[in-house]
Amino acid sequence: MILLEHITKQFNNTIVLRDVSLDIPEGETLAVIGRSGSGKSVLIKHAVGLLTPDEGRVLVDGANIHEVSYKELRRIRRKFGVLFQGGALFDSMSAFENVAFPLRTFTGKSDEAIRSRVETCLDMVQLPDIGKKMPSELSGGMQKRVALARAIALEPKYIIYDEPTSGLDPATSNHIDELILSLNEKLRVTSIVITHDMHSVLAIADRVAFIHEARIAWTGTVDDIHRTDHESLLDFVRANEYVIGEQTSASEVSLHP
Amino acid sequence: MTYSLTWFLRPFTILGRYSLLIFHAFVSLDDFRTYRKNTFNQMMRIGVESIPIVALAAAFSGAVTTVQVSYQLVSVFLPATVIGSVVAPSMILELGPVVTGFILAGRVGARIAAELGTMRVTEQIDALEAMGLNSTSYLIAPRILAGIIMFPMLYVAACAIGIGGGIAVANLGGYLTTQEFVQGAQDFFRPFDPYFGLSKAFVFGFIITSVSCYMGYFTAGGAEGVGKSTTQAAVMSCVFILIADLVLAVTLL
Repeated sequence: MILLEHITKQFNNTIVLRDVSLDIPEGETLAVIGRSGSGKSVLIKHAVGLLTPDEGRVLVDGANIHEVSYKELRRIRRKFGVLFQGGALFDSMSAFENVAFPLRTFTGKSDEAIRSRVETCLDMVQLPDIGKKMPSELSGGMQKRVALARAIALEPKYIIYDEPTSGLDPATSNHIDELILSLNEKLRVTSIVITHDMHSVLAIADRVAFIHEARIAWTGTVDDIHRTDHESLLDFVRANEYVIGEQTSASEVSLHP
Repeated sequence: MTYSLTWFLRPFTILGRYSLLIFHAFVSLDDFRTYRKNTFNQMMRIGVESIPIVALAAAFSGAVTTVQVSYQLVSVFLPATVIGSVVAPSMILELGPVVTGFILAGRVGARIAAELGTMRVTEQIDALEAMGLNSTSYLIAPRILAGIIMFPMLYVAACAIGIGGGIAVANLGGYLTTQEFVQGAQDFFRPFDPYFGLSKAFVFGFIITSVSCYMGYFTAGGAEGVGKSTTQAAVMSCVFILIADLVLAVTLL
């Protein structure tokens, strides 16, 4: 279980997160939504200890990750797979080497076992034949899918997705959504998904947290979104032109059935 | 008031971050095989690939020094062998390490800062950390180790090639023969000099790689930030080489 308690963070006198608390129980998929620059990426970087909060604490399986030793923090981080917004592939390595990197570094697996696992992961993201290509030879969307393959290579307990479907075509986005759902269902992976894509939110999330003006302004289930009267959330949702029930565009959507 | 205090404390803040970064890079080396491979790769990039430019700079330094010493010192009062007596120690004590240092501050320092800076702004360093790796020991330790191993080797090569360049010009220009050059060099040779030069090369190797790693690792601000870090890495490496050169000369000579 991941628990963020009263997180406050500021950069250069600008408060990005103010007293933010979230809990993500095991097996749950939490979607964190909000406008650009609202602090979503900052929030998830706290979850893996890439940023230290000015106030508050982060507990992963009961351990306060900002109080444990660096060695212990690294051990905790190995429970996570993180898909970064731009993919963050190592540009000096091929796609295959990128996916193999965590396996080579953290497991004692044979070359054959690593090759098999890498191929499985690349198949899962529907990129079976691009192992030899360098990241610079791949499109942005393909880079993101290879990064997703790398994130799931070690079969992590927690997966954090930072904008997993941005820059992807609708069919690939749907496939990534299905992949996230399938990981959640088959492996009971706990996921945090940061996204602007309400279609993804509706497809994959168990629960939604809406960040607005540096705070968690709203939390609830996907179904609760349909009944909310939170103005800022409604503005955000309407701007996404998502589909609810029989209706097809934001202009036609009534969120109060 | 606060701004003035921040400005005053800034050098100490930078020194503290730099020291912690280097310390952090070496305290938790946990998978020696990974670091050995990375260190070997960096030795090739930092050392072997720098040989042509270092050789070129050293050869011209030795050659020009030979011509200038001949112009300035050789007279009816001083024999031509003085050229060897001046050129060889100059290469060993000063020109070898400093010219090599300046060349590598530009070539290696800029490269390290650009590599790490790009990794920082594209979140590759965050990705390493998020996987559970110590990014400093994975990225920085091999580069510094490669630097302090390869710079002394490049220094030795630079001295040999520089003195060779001096001898070539001495012969081609008719200033003195190879035997006279070598005789002059031997007359004033002090066994301590190569050790002093090697010490400088070791220190300069550490300065260039560690300063450049610091600049690259803490890059912020996208492509512009990478450009800024790259420039600062080369400039600050040169500045610290000059300071270390004086400090070592005062303390060791």
